[in-house]
Amino acid sequence: MKVAVINFGMGNLASVRRAFEDMGAEVLVANHPAAIYDANRIVLPGVGAFSEGMACLNDAGWGTALHEVVINQGKPLLGICLGMQMLATTGHEGGETKGLGLIPGDVKRLDAVGCKFRVPHVGWNDVKYLKNDTLFNGIPDASDFYFVHSYTFVPESPAHLIATTSYDCNVAAAIRNGNVFGCQFHPEKSSKAGRLLLRNFMDYVSC
Amino acid sequence: MLKIRVIPTLLWKNFGLVKGVGFDSWRRVGPALPVIKVYNSRDVDELILVDIMASQEGNKPDHDSVGDFSEECAVPLTVGGGITSLDQIVSLLHAGADKVAINTAAYSNPTLIEAAAGRFGAQCVVVSIDARRFEDGRYGCFSHSATVNVGRDSVGWAKEMADRGAGEILLTSIDRDGTMLGYDLELVERVVRAVDIPVIASGGAGNYQHMIDVVKQAGASAVAAASIFHFTELTPAGVKLAMQAAGIPVRRNFIGNAPK
Repeated sequence: MKVAVINFGMGNLASVRRAFEDMGAEVLVANHPAAIYDANRIVLPGVGAFSEGMACLNDAGWGTALHEVVINQGKPLLGICLGMQMLATTGHEGGETKGLGLIPGDVKRLDAVGCKFRVPHVGWNDVKYLKNDTLFNGIPDASDFYFVHSYTFVPESPAHLIATTSYDCNVAAAIRNGNVFGCQFHPEKSSKAGRLLLRNFMDYVSC
Repeated sequence: MLKIRVIPTLLWKNFGLVKGVGFDSWRRVGPALPVIKVYNSRDVDELILVDIMASQEGNKPDHDSVGDFSEECAVPLTVGGGITSLDQIVSLLHAGADKVAINTAAYSNPTLIEAAAGRFGAQCVVVSIDARRFEDGRYGCFSHSATVNVGRDSVGWAKEMADRGAGEILLTSIDRDGTMLGYDLELVERVVRAVDIPVIASGGAGNYQHMIDVVKQAGASAVAAASIFHFTELTPAGVKLAMQAAGIPVRRNFIGNAPK
C-alpha cells in the first residue's frame, strides 16, 4: 500500500508519514504532482492559512493533478485539518479564496458560525458520528481526537457530513464525498484512535 | 465537549532534560528520548519541549533532535527555544513539531507573531510568557530564560500577543517554577480574562489539587507541569482521574482494539 503525502510546503509531514508507516504503509512524500500518480492513497495534510495553502497548491499545479487522480481515477483522498478545509469550494481565511472544490462548502471562522468559545479550538474533543462510516470502523462513538483550528468547514449538503464535535456549536469533524474524505482533527496526533482511523482509510476500497 | 489538557513540559539543555527552581539550579532529569517514549506510551494529551539554553546562547533550534523526538511522539508536540524566524518555524514543522512556542524573539520583533500566524495559522503559534510578580502586585515579563526584565506588563503583553495573532499563551510563573507550591492563580486569572485565546498555566504544580484549582478558579484551558512528573509519583493519568472526580472534562484514553 503506497500512501502519497502531499508536500506543498506547509504542514507537519513528519508526523503524518510516521503515523502511516506505523500502520504498515509505504509512504511517499510527494514533492511534485507527478508523484501522486504512482500511489494507492493520497493524503493532503496541512497546517496554515487557507489562502496561503491554496496559493502553494496552485503554484505547483497540485489542483489539476488531484482532480485527475481523485476524480477521474477514483483514488481515495484524505484531507487533514487545513487539507480538509481546502477540499471546499471557498475559503475565507486571508481573503475569499477558491478551494479545490472536491466537497461543496465554505470554510468560515468559528465565531462567524456562532461559536462564542475561545478561538482557536485547541485540544481533545469527542467526535460524534452522524452515520456509520468506514473511516470510524472499530473506533467507539464519542472517542476523543485532537483538534487545533480557527476555521471550520460548512458543507453545502448535510449528506457530506459524517461526524461532528461540539464547541459551543456543532463543528464539522469529518466529511466525505465518495472517495474524498476529510477530517478537521489530526489523526496523526490523536494517538491510538487516530492511528486506527488512518488504517481504516488505507483499508477503504471504493466500489 | 473540549477537554482540559494535561501537558508535561520537557526542558532540554545540552542533550539532556533538566528541571530547575525559579529558572535556576538546574537538576538533570535524564536523556530526552526515553522520557518522550514513556509519555507517548502513556498516551499523554500533549507535550511541550523547550530548549532552555537556545536564546541565552543565541543557538538556533536543533531540527535534527526535534525530528528524532517527534518520531516517538504520536500526540501533539510544541517546540520552543531560540526561534527567531519564519524559516526556522518551517524546518521545525517539517521535523515534526505541531506548534512552536516563541518567547524571547517576540519582544524584539513582535511582528514575527503576525507573520507566523499569517503563514502557518494562529493555531500553530504559541506565545510563551515568563512572568514575575513585583511587590506592587503587577506582573512583569522576562526574556532569555527569565534572565532579562523586558519592562512590559505581563497581562498587557499577553493581550498584545493575542491581538497580533497568537493561538495560545503558555504562561509560566517564574516565582512558582519548580517550587511545587501551586500555580500563581492571580496571574493566570488576569491573563485568562484579558485574552480570548486558550491559556496554558505553567509553574508551581505540586499536587493534583493545584491543577484543579488553576482550571476551576483561574480558568486555564490546559495545565503544564514538569517537576511534579519528574520528581514525584504523580502522573498525567493521575491528574486526569483527580480532575474527572472534580467535575473537569478530561480525555478518556482510547479503549478498544488498539492498532499494533
